[in-house]
Amino acid sequence: MTVRIERIELPGIGFRDDIVTAEGRHVGVITHRDGHRDVVLYERDDPDTAIESVALNSHEADALAGLLGQTALVGHIADLGAGTMGLFTERLLLPHDSRFLDQPLGATEARTKTGVSIVAICRGDGVIASPTPQETLRKEDVLIAVGTRRGLDSLEKILAKNSL
Amino acid sequence: MHETTVILIEVGALLLLLALAGRFAARLGQSPIPFYMTVGLLFGTGGLLSLQASKPFLETGSEIGVVLLLLMLGLEYSPKELVGNLKKSARTGLWDALLNAIPGAVFGLLMGWGAIGAMVMAGVTWVSSSGVVAKLLTDMGRLGNRETPAVLSVLVMEDLAMAFYLPVLSAVVIGASLLQGAITVAIAVASVGLILFLAVRFGNRISRIFNPEHVETLVIGVLGLAMLIAGLAATVQVSSAVGAFLVGIALSGQVAHAAQKYLTPVRDIFAAIFFVFFGLTTDARQIPSALVPALLLAVVTMATKYLTGYLAARKVGVARPGRLRAGLVLIPRGEFSIIIAAMAVMAGADSFIASVAATYVLITVIVGPILVRLGDSSRVRNWLASKPAS
Repeated sequence: MTVRIERIELPGIGFRDDIVTAEGRHVGVITHRDGHRDVVLYERDDPDTAIESVALNSHEADALAGLLGQTALVGHIADLGAGTMGLFTERLLLPHDSRFLDQPLGATEARTKTGVSIVAICRGDGVIASPTPQETLRKEDVLIAVGTRRGLDSLEKILAKNSL
Repeated sequence: MHETTVILIEVGALLLLLALAGRFAARLGQSPIPFYMTVGLLFGTGGLLSLQASKPFLETGSEIGVVLLLLMLGLEYSPKELVGNLKKSARTGLWDALLNAIPGAVFGLLMGWGAIGAMVMAGVTWVSSSGVVAKLLTDMGRLGNRETPAVLSVLVMEDLAMAFYLPVLSAVVIGASLLQGAITVAIAVASVGLILFLAVRFGNRISRIFNPEHVETLVIGVLGLAMLIAGLAATVQVSSAVGAFLVGIALSGQVAHAAQKYLTPVRDIFAAIFFVFFGLTTDARQIPSALVPALLLAVVTMATKYLTGYLAARKVGVARPGRLRAGLVLIPRGEFSIIIAAMAVMAGADSFIASVAATYVLITVIVGPILVRLGDSSRVRNWLASKPAS
């Protein structure tokens, strides 16, 4: 989707760029001659009136742009994963009667059998990031797994098995 | 005491007093202009004290003040903006001129000041103060508002119109014969047109003689060029103010930005001297008798200015509250009105014109910002919201 940006000259001051969001809100950025910016928000029902204007010097403007740019980039990558690469992240709850209860993580042979990586285990309030194959699985563990749709589905089945 | 010693004492005390007056103005949220003028009136002809020794110094300072005011105004605009605005807002500029200059002209005739007085007063009531209005817009956080570009283009059109009005006025006030006057006006208008054309066309090359990186030579050089051109312009009756304005327009890019940044404090000093000097030379004893006519003129032309802003905002599709804001913010008159009145008096016009112009500017520049703030109050907003939009 393209966003329309409108530029309005402000003689003697600089110029103002406006965007209208999908929600219908107007956001403006005033670029002054000396390089400082104002980020301007408009009233919902009256797009003529600026309700808030935040002055940013060039460093602050850079920082804010970086922030917005970064999150836009992360969103972009997540988008790519879902759409074209077929890679998914899922939270799998270890079933109460799973045969892997109190067994090391390696016993699931998740990576060899399904190609899925367990990137973290959520236990209680804590997180075990990048768990080793020796990590013992406990009751109510949540496994954060990354893999293809098929791999994740078969891992779920493996974990659900309750008999040897 | 040696004369220069007296000048140091007088000017020093005066500047100190202006600084205090300026602080007081800032606390009230007002422009310092009326306060500077009032200080001038207190110490001038018929005032409490008189500053005779430093008068020549202040007079020169006030001339430099006009040059700097107009130079800085010119620096704010790029030639591209001026031409773009001329195409877009020519009609708004014309309404503005008709609505606001005619009441002044009629007033001048009614006061019995003749054709010259009518022309002077037309200029005094026509032009809003770019400085005061721009400051108000910034202070009130209105730069992002949708009516603001319309307000700014009215200011640009007025400033551009002044580049032609002032030379014509200075040719008329010297009171030449009809033929001689016509020739002077023609020369003046032609040279302004030519310089404007050169500025738009070759501005980049003119800017190249200065180095924006080297502050010291930049400040001295730009000020020197502005004063030189202002002086040359004055010798051919184009008025020094216009010469300086055109120099400001001709300079562009980095040079213009740097000059604007570093010359602003210098401008502030000499502009203060300009306003105080106008106050000094205005006879304070005439103010009471000028009050009633100036007040009447102010009421009429504040209304016509309001209408100008209202129409300009309506033209670009701004809703009712925005039109109201645009109308009110344009009310203050300032530096141009004073420059015009000062020019007329120096050329020998009735000194009562200066008293009326001073009183008139004091009224509009004080009442304008107050009305602007009132217009933003929640009560007025609610009242507007309750009325159906037209």
